[in-house]
Amino acid sequence: MSALLEVEGLRTHFFTRAGVVKAVDDVSLSLERGKVLGLVGESGSGKSVTGYSLMGLVDEPGRIVSGAIRLEGRDITALDAEAWRKLRGSRVSMIFQDPMMTLNPVLRIDTQMVEAVLAHHAVSRAAALERCREALVRVGIASPDERLRAYPHQFSGGMRQRVAIAIALVNRPALVIADEPTTALDVTIQGQILFEMQKLCRETGAGLIWITHDLSVIAGLADDVCVMYAGRIVESGPVDEILDHPLHPYTRGLLDSIPSRNVPGRPLAQIPGMTPSLLALDAGCAFRERCARSREDCRAAPATSRPAAARSLRCVNPLP
Amino acid sequence: MLAYALRRLGQSAFVLAAMSFLVFLGVYAIGNPIELLVNPEADQAERLRAAAALGLDKPLLVQYGVFLVHAAKGDLGRSFVYNIPAIQLILERLPATLELAFAATVIAVLLGIPLGLLAGLKPHSWIGRSIMAGSIVGFSLPTFWVGLVLIMVFSVELGWLPPNGRGATVSVLGFPVSFLTLDGLKHLAMPALNLALLKLSLLVRLTRAGTREALLQDYVKFARAKGLPMRRVIGVHVLKNIMIPIVTVIGLELGSVIAFAIVTESIFAWPGTGKLLIDSINQLDRPVIVAYLMVIVTIFIAINLVVDLLYSLLDPRVRIGAAAPAH
Amino acid sequence: MRIAAESARPAPERAAPAQAPWRRFAAEFSESRLAMAGLALLALIVVVALAAPWIAPQNPYDLAQLDVLDSKLPPGSQSLAGHTYWLGTDDQGRDMLSAILFGLRISLVVGVASTLGALAIGLATGLAAAYFGGWVDAAIMRVADIQLSFPAILIALILLALLGQGAGKIIAALITVQWAYYARTVRSSAMVERRKEYVEAARVLALSQPRIVFRHLLPNCLPPLIVVATVQVAHAISLEATLSFLGLGLPITEPSLGLLIANGFQYLLSGKYWISFYPGLALLATIVAINLVADQLRDVLNPRLQR
Repeated sequence: MSALLEVEGLRTHFFTRAGVVKAVDDVSLSLERGKVLGLVGESGSGKSVTGYSLMGLVDEPGRIVSGAIRLEGRDITALDAEAWRKLRGSRVSMIFQDPMMTLNPVLRIDTQMVEAVLAHHAVSRAAALERCREALVRVGIASPDERLRAYPHQFSGGMRQRVAIAIALVNRPALVIADEPTTALDVTIQGQILFEMQKLCRETGAGLIWITHDLSVIAGLADDVCVMYAGRIVESGPVDEILDHPLHPYTRGLLDSIPSRNVPGRPLAQIPGMTPSLLALDAGCAFRERCARSREDCRAAPATSRPAAARSLRCVNPLP
Repeated sequence: MLAYALRRLGQSAFVLAAMSFLVFLGVYAIGNPIELLVNPEADQAERLRAAAALGLDKPLLVQYGVFLVHAAKGDLGRSFVYNIPAIQLILERLPATLELAFAATVIAVLLGIPLGLLAGLKPHSWIGRSIMAGSIVGFSLPTFWVGLVLIMVFSVELGWLPPNGRGATVSVLGFPVSFLTLDGLKHLAMPALNLALLKLSLLVRLTRAGTREALLQDYVKFARAKGLPMRRVIGVHVLKNIMIPIVTVIGLELGSVIAFAIVTESIFAWPGTGKLLIDSINQLDRPVIVAYLMVIVTIFIAINLVVDLLYSLLDPRVRIGAAAPAH
Repeated sequence: MRIAAESARPAPERAAPAQAPWRRFAAEFSESRLAMAGLALLALIVVVALAAPWIAPQNPYDLAQLDVLDSKLPPGSQSLAGHTYWLGTDDQGRDMLSAILFGLRISLVVGVASTLGALAIGLATGLAAAYFGGWVDAAIMRVADIQLSFPAILIALILLALLGQGAGKIIAALITVQWAYYARTVRSSAMVERRKEYVEAARVLALSQPRIVFRHLLPNCLPPLIVVATVQVAHAISLEATLSFLGLGLPITEPSLGLLIANGFQYLLSGKYWISFYPGLALLATIVAINLVADQLRDVLNPRLQR
């Protein structure tokens, strides 16, 4: 059975007045059904834009320049607007970061949920409402009828995000992309949401891509992880292997800078320097200015190597 | 909600009282009140009688009280020129002005919102840019000059439309309206268009700005991520959000339309309160001026009140308020 | 349909080297060809208006120069003395071109003077309201709100009916009508700034109040103020023209464009359009030019549309 999602050589560039921003620069990944892929990187690494590219939501001045995206075996990169619309919300759906802003404040919850169903299925409003009710129960909302008749501002952040998740899952998509959905929430709610997302994906067999900057979230949730830096995937593989034995210096740096991994009383480990501007990238390794292990040949485009069966790496001088 | 309405009602009553005091102060205290309220042709004896009747020898506050009592009874003096109660004069002319104002508002809304929406959706296309350029021109054109040009083109050159006056009227619920007759429409067309132009431009710009901002919001992205057709994203999600401030603006501007009708009515000799006001100013018919001010102030305050309440009804965040957030 | 989703694009960090704010502003402003055209037109109008006494073919106020036999001549006609009336003459025999030039001058002066006056008052009251807060704020804003809820033309009309005619009185009326816009704009910008922590810090350090106000609150209010002021100049010019047209503005001895238009109105129906039309065109050009510039200023200075 082919993978649920296969991305090959995706490039999404933004053509601004200041120059070309190579937000996503030759990204390849794949995802199986029922599995969770973590996409990790700092702000500006291109992880969100990758997510939008997979949804066809990249707008002017950006566009997908080259590469292939195959969803359930079908190449969706070159689809027209209407075909994309049919996919969104039904085969692939997205959960955004800030639940306060993603729900329309002047429309009721039931309006916003039912329309997601009716956009893709020709059912009666009552039937659609029933599906929404079920979806709300599935995400752990106890009294769905009350919630349906309410407005977004009457809920807490955690509740709103649950509603957003319910909307994303109501049409039983094959692929769910979650763009930092718990970053804006309390830590306790984070844990709950993580657990429920994991459960839902296992139950429905959907594939989940979890975009985050927080490696500790990935540790408990994902099966595989891709580490992104400056628009490129620098390292990927099963999560346990990456966390126990990172090969890319950047991954090592990320791991070291997690507060819980540091010794109390000692200064926090940090990666020196700053992320480069995405306008000024060349073909060479974007991390070399900040890397303790950089060499002359880091200036050439680092090829993708396969250090182990399921792992890939872009580094000419990896960690031992 | 009820508490809010009552509070606003109280505020409005306060503002009305304050405005009446200001009007009183302005008209009565500047210059010789006798000159203001008594026919300039009156002789000395009449003046003395009027002074006593008006209580002008009493302290200012007592005078104000007398004024209020009279005003409450609807007695705001008699017009010097027409020799009928000023308030009656105003009320006779009011339907014409209101008809003009409503016609202008309808034109502005029916044209302005769709054009603004279009300009907001395609801001850099040639149609978006021409709509915006057009709105700047429409905004800049002084109303009276537009009226001039309209008369030049449609009355003098083409001879299609009459340059002044109001057409034949029919009575609807006791109000004389002219837009139900063809003759009435022909007379109404230019003045209404003239008056509408400013509001039209304003609405186009407002709608465009609102649309542009709305489109950048996350809920639009989310709506698209749900796979909703653009028709629905624009027609429901965006529109409902921008309608709230737009409706309030339309309501608030209604008062200004009624005021601006003064200019249009002067140009087209439309028999409304605006023309009456200008004539009265020129003829020094002060009771009519006072009566006009009081009626206008009352109308404005009423409009403001209604718009405020309407706003709180339309925006669920204000209407329902933040209930205790549940988990 | 492609719609800009700004937040989908990551902000390029440390992009092009930071330009001086002035340069960046000029660059962004000049993006709109329409606005640049407006600016050019406006510059032309201002120069021409200021130079009116020197470049006008005739002094329209000098009764000795007028010949009633020359009255109501269409544009392009020759006078008995041999010079051309490029834009025709009015009913008094005045050369329209000269009358328009002088009229422009008056309209501009009145517009700018009243705007500056209203700006000064609005700035003072707005800053006071924002800085002192409490009942001062409530009182000032209540007055401003009530005034703003009534249309400018009505207030101006009544004021002039009471005060009479004259340039000074018109300017006073315009100032009265406009100060509230500035006060409100200034106050909301200053309120945002006032809440910021460094103002609190300055207070704790017992820095003098005027210093806090001028060094900190004031600069933050400038961008929206510039936009409002520019628009209001056009507004003031238009309002003055309307009032003059209605017979309540400037007296006939200092005819502004509005009065010229009113003058020619009665001849419109008999086909002598130029007496009203050309002053109207001049007025229109001025207002359009100002509004074009103001529009682009607003877009450039609007933080919510920053890219």
